[in-house]
Amino acid sequence: MAHVDAERTKRLVEASLGARHRRERLFQVAGFLATTVGVVFLAIFFWTLIAQGYSAFVQTFVKLDVEFSESELAPAGTLDLQYANFDALARSAFREYFPDVTGRSDRRELNKLLSVGPSYAIRDAIEQNPDLVGTTVSMWVPAAAIVDMLVKENIDRNLPESQRPLTDQQIAWVDRLIERDALDTRFNTALFSNGDSREPELAGIRGALMGSFYMLLITIALAFPIGAAAAVYLEEFAPKNRWSDLIEVNINNLAAVPSIVFGLLGLAVFINWMAIPRSAPLVGGLVLSLLTLPVIIIASRAAIKAVPPSIREAAFGLGASRVQVVFHHVIPLALPGMLNGAIIGMSRALGESAPLLMIGVVAFIVDVPSGFSDPATALPVQIYLWADSPERAFAERTSAAIIVLLGFLLLMNLAAIIMRKRVERQW
Amino acid sequence: MSKKSMSAVWLASIVGGLVTAGDVHAQAGRDYVYIVGSSTVYPFSTVVAERFGRGSDFRTPKVEATGSGGGLKLFCDGIGVDYPDIANSSRAIKASEVANCAANGVDEIIEVKIGYDGIVIANATGAEPIALTRKDIFLALAKHVPGPRDGDLIENPHRTWRDVNPALPNQQIEVLGPPPTSGTRDAFVELAMEGGCQAIDWIKALKSSDGERYKELCHTIREDGAFIEAGENDNLIVQKLEANPAAFGIFGFSFLDQNGEKVQGATVDGSEPTFEAIADGDYPISRPLYFYVKKAHVDVIPGLRGFLREFTSERAWGEEGYLSERGLIPMPDEERSAVAAAVMSLTPLRMARE
Repeated sequence: MAHVDAERTKRLVEASLGARHRRERLFQVAGFLATTVGVVFLAIFFWTLIAQGYSAFVQTFVKLDVEFSESELAPAGTLDLQYANFDALARSAFREYFPDVTGRSDRRELNKLLSVGPSYAIRDAIEQNPDLVGTTVSMWVPAAAIVDMLVKENIDRNLPESQRPLTDQQIAWVDRLIERDALDTRFNTALFSNGDSREPELAGIRGALMGSFYMLLITIALAFPIGAAAAVYLEEFAPKNRWSDLIEVNINNLAAVPSIVFGLLGLAVFINWMAIPRSAPLVGGLVLSLLTLPVIIIASRAAIKAVPPSIREAAFGLGASRVQVVFHHVIPLALPGMLNGAIIGMSRALGESAPLLMIGVVAFIVDVPSGFSDPATALPVQIYLWADSPERAFAERTSAAIIVLLGFLLLMNLAAIIMRKRVERQW
Repeated sequence: MSKKSMSAVWLASIVGGLVTAGDVHAQAGRDYVYIVGSSTVYPFSTVVAERFGRGSDFRTPKVEATGSGGGLKLFCDGIGVDYPDIANSSRAIKASEVANCAANGVDEIIEVKIGYDGIVIANATGAEPIALTRKDIFLALAKHVPGPRDGDLIENPHRTWRDVNPALPNQQIEVLGPPPTSGTRDAFVELAMEGGCQAIDWIKALKSSDGERYKELCHTIREDGAFIEAGENDNLIVQKLEANPAAFGIFGFSFLDQNGEKVQGATVDGSEPTFEAIADGDYPISRPLYFYVKKAHVDVIPGLRGFLREFTSERAWGEEGYLSERGLIPMPDEERSAVAAAVMSLTPLRMARE
């Protein structure tokens, strides 16, 4: 009897085996396709970003033999930086290459190829070393963005004249500079050392990076201790009743609230009520810490939950008090998980722009912030501002800023993964 | 290790708290000019701010892009270092805003007209250039258009440009434009759409008899998909036009100026959107741009007077100034010198009582 049953089962299984295998293959193919689609989109995203942005890391420089003439800089015998005409020094050095350009309108066209950057560079040089007056110094200074775009072939020189920002004459001038080895492409240090600027060749992300840095400093200083303390209390000390359930539901809810809501809250509470200045990293940091608090609490609670009860029980068994159990045993074991949550929270805060829109961070700020209440912008907001600029050269700089932001996010997430792998414990 | 790191974090937070408290105190005297307002004026205001900041011993002004209405609201909130010194606006200040300002103690405002901005209707280069009239624009984009008899209104039935005007190409109407929150949209509706309205006699007559209905008729843009709200980012519109040669886009002149090889402007009422045509007033869709200054802040906020001088100098807003390179259309000579004189003598705005 039993033998017959076994036969029957075997037959049944064999009959359905083909269908089961087919189903499994189908599922595998579907899963593979889904992954491929994801990878392809990611590849397209990175490809367009890098293809557009890599050229922003280099910049065309032009060589100027600047004559620090006494008559321009120190007409009355003493150096007068306030009223000295640095533009004139830069322009006359630039005109050395073009002795044949004399007409007024031609000179104007020519000056458009020279950035306003050299004037500042000359000013800085003379400020640092007043002895330069009366000498001639060879300097490499950034060329105007349109020259840069032409050299990088972002402007097509074969288009009809009316459709490109440079005239035929200007292109001929640029070609002459190239012939005379007066143009060179070099690493774009301005991108990392300058604050924002409306001249693409002078614009940099340092101001935004410092702004983001100060904001994250406040966020970590506030959100981590508060989040960790809340998690420890909720897991280890709080009574389990309806109230703690309510709090738990609310914290989970807060983690899913759209970030713009935190911006509105920040505007109402920190700016309108507490009168903290707009655009300050302090406000940004406070808003971002509200945003990351639930993330940190949830991750920390999960880390504390993962500590096996046997460890607590052993400690209690040896006569440790509750506080001793928590601080000597639970927290040290849960700390890697808690820090991991903090890093993930930080990388979310770094990438956020929506809550900052409301609190005045979307602003043109040239000076690099040097404190918590200096006006500052943040990296994602800088990307938004550049993406909206009419000048062509900002398109590649937008992509470059995105690459830098992604680099930082990658580093932070990598740090979280490494930490998890190194200190992860199997119980 | 854990104890140490925990206490280090606590220490950091306490130190951070102290530092910030000290900083807030230092904020009491603001040493930079604070500007808010229109995103259309932003590109011009920021250039002047940067030049001023780099060329002087003062700090570079902070320019926040909040939109004209939002900027004037912040501006009117009060006098003092917490409130902006200047509000940029792509339209003249409204009487209600002046009243709001006055209610908060901001009673002396200096109006500075800085020049003009053209609004262009453009498509991708390579696509067929188009010549429109304001009437065509109205008939193509209005929600309701006149029916066969005077006084009749029907839902806009026009699918292609040829439906609007037999001289235009047989091409689907597809226009990308800014959302209603934008100052560019306000100006477009007022200048282009309403201008087109005026070409239809019975609607023009409505203006005096039934102003409400006239405004609703002339100012309402169709919502059936022919007009697509493309967001405030004009670069995005330029990109979309490049990808779709059949579409037209509405944006500020400075973007046409900077992207001449990607997009071409349509002629409106026979006038091409060029720098000269807008400056001469031939091109019909252009609007003045302004900024407003609090008189009480001049000589209190360091650099404010210097910023005003820089903005109203010939090298900035003149015929060949650096703002004209950015696409701002300068005012005629006499108007410029009149405005500059009013600014230097700090003559406050007088609002005609409504």
